Amino acid sequence: MSLTPPENRLWWKEPLHGIEITWITIAFLWGLLMFGVMVYWHMTGEQNLSNEAYRINPDVYAEKVEAAAEKYTVRVDEQSGMPVVRPPAGTDVYMLARLWEWWPILELEKGKEYRLHLSSLDWMHGFSLQPTNINLQIHPNYEMVLTIKPTETGEFGIICNEFCGIGHHEMLGKMIIVE
Amino acid sequence: MTTSTFRTCPDTGFKVYSSAENLIKANAVAGVVFLAVGGLFGLLVALTRWQAVHLLPADMFYLALTAHGADILIFWIIFFEIAILYFASAILLNCRLATPRVAWLGFALMLIGSVMANVAVLQGESSVMFTSYVPMQADHKFYLGLILFAVGALVAVGVFFGTLVIAKKEKTYEGSVPLVTFGAITAAIIAVYTILSGAVILVPTWLWSLGLIGEIDTLTYRVVWWGFGHSSQQINMAAMVASWYAIAAITVGAKPISEKVSRMAFLLYILFLLLASAHHLLTDPGLSSEWKVVNTSYALFLAVLGSLIHGMSVPGAIEVAQRKNGFTQGVFGWLRKAPWGNPAFAGMFLSIVLFGFLGGITGVIMGTEQLNLIMHNTLYVPGHFHGTVAAGTTLAFMALAYIVVPLLFRRELIFKRLAQWQPYLFGLGITGLSIFMMAAGTLGVSRRHWDMAFSDASLTFDYPPAAFLIMAMNGISGIIASIGGIAFIIVIVGTILFGKKRDEEAVKSNPIVYQGGSTAVSSHGSAESLHIPGTAILVSVFFGAFVLYYFINWKYLSEIWPLS
Repeated sequence: MSLTPPENRLWWKEPLHGIEITWITIAFLWGLLMFGVMVYWHMTGEQNLSNEAYRINPDVYAEKVEAAAEKYTVRVDEQSGMPVVRPPAGTDVYMLARLWEWWPILELEKGKEYRLHLSSLDWMHGFSLQPTNINLQIHPNYEMVLTIKPTETGEFGIICNEFCGIGHHEMLGKMIIVE
Repeated sequence: MTTSTFRTCPDTGFKVYSSAENLIKANAVAGVVFLAVGGLFGLLVALTRWQAVHLLPADMFYLALTAHGADILIFWIIFFEIAILYFASAILLNCRLATPRVAWLGFALMLIGSVMANVAVLQGESSVMFTSYVPMQADHKFYLGLILFAVGALVAVGVFFGTLVIAKKEKTYEGSVPLVTFGAITAAIIAVYTILSGAVILVPTWLWSLGLIGEIDTLTYRVVWWGFGHSSQQINMAAMVASWYAIAAITVGAKPISEKVSRMAFLLYILFLLLASAHHLLTDPGLSSEWKVVNTSYALFLAVLGSLIHGMSVPGAIEVAQRKNGFTQGVFGWLRKAPWGNPAFAGMFLSIVLFGFLGGITGVIMGTEQLNLIMHNTLYVPGHFHGTVAAGTTLAFMALAYIVVPLLFRRELIFKRLAQWQPYLFGLGITGLSIFMMAAGTLGVSRRHWDMAFSDASLTFDYPPAAFLIMAMNGISGIIASIGGIAFIIVIVGTILFGKKRDEEAVKSNPIVYQGGSTAVSSHGSAESLHIPGTAILVSVFFGAFVLYYFINWKYLSEIWPLS
């Protein structure tokens, strides 16, 4: 039994059972298929995380976000006092994470592509866009750039889902998608 | 040094050296204490996330969550694993333990470290979660405690390897080591590189917390930390599978269907698990898709292959044994007539099923590069690992305790009725926790989050009402799991303190090791003797569920906004 040395001292020479070979083969092929699906999705799927990222100093990133906000602010959100920024469709849009807010509020058009820049000014944060359910890890000193194409209109919450201290649960941002 | 005395276990016939016995007892008891403490924090967390109850204030919630993670994921599991290592070496090989004094030193370091880390957390300055991502900083005692604990564990692993060397040299066993010992060796090898990864990242982090190092790169931290954080869960897995084989052997006289296949499956763990820790970094910037796909596929899937193999060979071995024991009726007669009233067997079998369905399938899906986008850092993640660590490892270890505690402490289990119900209660509670957390995660609910209503935020966002209902169910499941956990503590601690002495009479009338059958079980090496239709059906159902759920998640992914 499993608690004592194998009875057959030449256990590695025992032939395999048919059912074992079958299961090992199926399981191995399934692994290969799962590998193939990932690669296939990179070629044909529409939801792939970009590989574009840059090292950046948090102060430099903050300046970029503020410059963009200054240029394209259309109004101030009454509830939070945060600027609502609406850059032209197809351009670069910037958002930053810091203790404990996502800044600014972005207003984007449905069906248009945007290059979204994300980085943190202090600790790690989690970008969780809801209810569409897109979740990204946001680091300080790394600027992530990804192309997004909103497919529905409405107000979307950006929850921080990486623990970032005592104000973590107050860290809530917004993205507004309009026609 | 070698004056250690031994007794012969009346139940198993193994030689039990007192040095090994005492160390197994000490490590197992320390583990159970941390299970009790960590479990209590877990209950507080579950009751806080139940929004209508919302038990703890925010700071206490994050403190309790940090303590729950550290006490369960590190201290309970590793203490008990060290007990398993000593059991699988000294006891199973009929050998004295190498350098018991050094082993006690290792135990002392682990104990000091774990207490120090707990004190640091309870003082409130170290609510940084189990992962302690920089640049969030804990009190330096927190990191030092973890380092001391890791060093102590490394010492214990060294004692384990030393014992294997002595057993080999003194020829205390014939031929190859038993399969369970082989599984323990797997766990120990993984433990070595796990602990070294931990040292590479925790030592600089400790120095940083003392102000001696300027800055630690966040991405480097996550890459190296997960080499420690994920691999440590693979020690659990190897130890859990070894426990399955051990319990199946003891409770129904099961023998591995094929030594070669089972050992090869353990070998796959050693070779491929470390790289699989890359699946924690699938949504991080600065790492290429190629790196992510490669490190989570060839590595992950070959390690998964190991688990899939064990997933057939353990139930298969039980089926063969049960059929030999005379339960040949139909396809599932062997399973219906299994000793479901024996908490060791029930816990082990539940552990296999729940680990596979709840923990295994979801782990592979979460570890798929693109699918991770819809799960990363949501409650889906803890839902998954409650399926692996709580329903899988913890339940398996509890089941093993029902065997090892009466054998080593030589006492009869007390409250046998309670013990019989315990695996089902705990299993039910954890199943609920796992499923409801994953369901909430699918709705986007964040993990490690005190207030899903965002009442103090300057903006508003509402999760769907179903999410609140699901979290209430999660809280109720937490209560059920806690009752199961408390039942375990009562039975085990009660047995150690007040159990009836297990005299010769008791050994005869109430055997722990399966009597009869086992000698009649011939070698299963030849192809014609293997008849496991029940297992084949169980494995097919599992595989069908796996494939179905895998593609359902691709469907979910295709519905989110296009990203590139």
